[in-house]
Amino acid sequence: MSALNVHAMRVIYFAELGRSIRTLFQSLAAPVISTSLYFIVFGSAIGSRMQTVDGVPYGAFIVPGLIMMTILTESTSNASFGIYLPRFTGTIYEVLSAPVSIVETLVGYVGAAATKSVVLGMVIMATARLFVPYEIVHPFATAAFLILTSLTFSLFGFILGCWADGFEKLQVVPLLILSPLAFLGGTFYSIRMLPAPWHTVTLFNPIVYLVNGFRWAFYGKADVAVWVSLGMTVIFMLVCIAIIAWIFKTGYRLRT
Amino acid sequence: MDAILSIRGLEKTYAGGFQALKGIDLDIRRGEIFALLGPNGAGKTTMIGAVCGLVRPTGGTITVDGHDTIRDYRASRAKVGLVPQEPATDMFITVWNTVEFSRGLFGKAPNKKHLDQVLRDLSLWDKRNNKIATLSGGMKRRVLIAKALAHEPDLLFLDEPTAGVDVELRRDMWEMVRKLRERGTTIILTTHYIEEAEEMADRIGVIDKGRIILVEEKHALMKTLGRAELRVELKAPLDGLPPELSAWPLSLSDDGLVLTLTMSGEADEEDASAAAFIKRLAAENIDFKSIDMKRSSLEDIFVSLVGNNHERP
Repeated sequence: MSALNVHAMRVIYFAELGRSIRTLFQSLAAPVISTSLYFIVFGSAIGSRMQTVDGVPYGAFIVPGLIMMTILTESTSNASFGIYLPRFTGTIYEVLSAPVSIVETLVGYVGAAATKSVVLGMVIMATARLFVPYEIVHPFATAAFLILTSLTFSLFGFILGCWADGFEKLQVVPLLILSPLAFLGGTFYSIRMLPAPWHTVTLFNPIVYLVNGFRWAFYGKADVAVWVSLGMTVIFMLVCIAIIAWIFKTGYRLRT
Repeated sequence: MDAILSIRGLEKTYAGGFQALKGIDLDIRRGEIFALLGPNGAGKTTMIGAVCGLVRPTGGTITVDGHDTIRDYRASRAKVGLVPQEPATDMFITVWNTVEFSRGLFGKAPNKKHLDQVLRDLSLWDKRNNKIATLSGGMKRRVLIAKALAHEPDLLFLDEPTAGVDVELRRDMWEMVRKLRERGTTIILTTHYIEEAEEMADRIGVIDKGRIILVEEKHALMKTLGRAELRVELKAPLDGLPPELSAWPLSLSDDGLVLTLTMSGEADEEDASAAAFIKRLAAENIDFKSIDMKRSSLEDIFVSLVGNNHERP
């Protein structure tokens, strides 16, 4: 019996989605409200005093960045919580003693977290449309970047959830690492607006590539070439998968 | 022997250097109830964890129904059900959803009929739509058992299933264990309540300090290691053991008022021998005030085994 355990994928995936539905308010309403606040503050209040960026009105310019920022933090915290919670309560024993491999576990946990992020991304896109009238130039690329980013950061969150040994650590990474990187990653500005040394420094921030890839998909222009964005995102995803493979191989923090 | 579980040279040394299992060899027969006894920290839970995939062995092999638990883990794990010692369940979903989850997790297609039956057997049917958080501690235990049975395992581990549960649940649980055995499920249980092992098990294994120190049929164990003592309190003190009774394995208390007869063997042999002794006392005109007979339990045997082992260097 070496075939994949499809029933296990099904039940983990739907159990995880079920958890999101039970906490629908936190899952959807909270990010939508905070994103709306960003639009009101940056888009309407400040944006009305700003010029266009690369020919895109400022309010529309920040849409892809804001969606990306929310997707990154929500994917990470959802996926990390999804695997950390059973570790914390002890219910993980059942998954660890079940006939499942890395594939079923990732499809179930990461798949559910990514699904939720994609839905969230679409909800925010729709919400943003209420504030700013934007048009999407490359809808397929938009969908692809949305899915790819959701998956990649759900993988990252899974690693975080395996590594964390307390609720503080679960909070620390999104708050102290992801949020600053997202703010500094050209979410609210074009990195070309930055003075010389900072522009180069920013290129080491992986989030720059995500935001710019997404922005290219929206408006057909960005600070870095789209294939560089795509390549960097895929590399980050492969690194996450490699780390998770190592976690499964060694049983790190899962099996004793 | 048709073994459903074979453990050979199983070793586990934890990262900190503690050696929890020091070369376990054990075969579990298909369809039996096997009680694994041992003091706290003897390695019971580690051994169960190694079979179920929770603990990574550092040596040895385990096969479940012929499937290696490392190389062929999908096949071996699908056959095993585990009721863990620590009650841990997802609090916010319903009883029905959690057993459905467990069944799918172990690779089985949904089967409402089987799950209905499991819930009925465990008196959980009325609670099937309740959230687990709203259940009492005993009910949560039942849920754990239902989860372990959801995928129809051939081999069921019950790790301290009756620790901290009330009389009713214990009785239901043993009733269920009997039913499972009738259907051919093999059951391995650990328990602190040795009288339960004595009542339920076909075979007894004793583990101590990471080693199996004894595996024996329960009846044979009781026969070879069981003792019975007949204590007779006399009306008048004796100066010494009467020579007429020298054929009996007797001892006399210092004050000469208590005769103690020590017997071993099957219970009915002991009874016959006690009855014969009483008749003989009457025939010898030795009058007595009271008679008390005490048979050693599995617990006494267990304490003597583990106690001796602890004294060894």
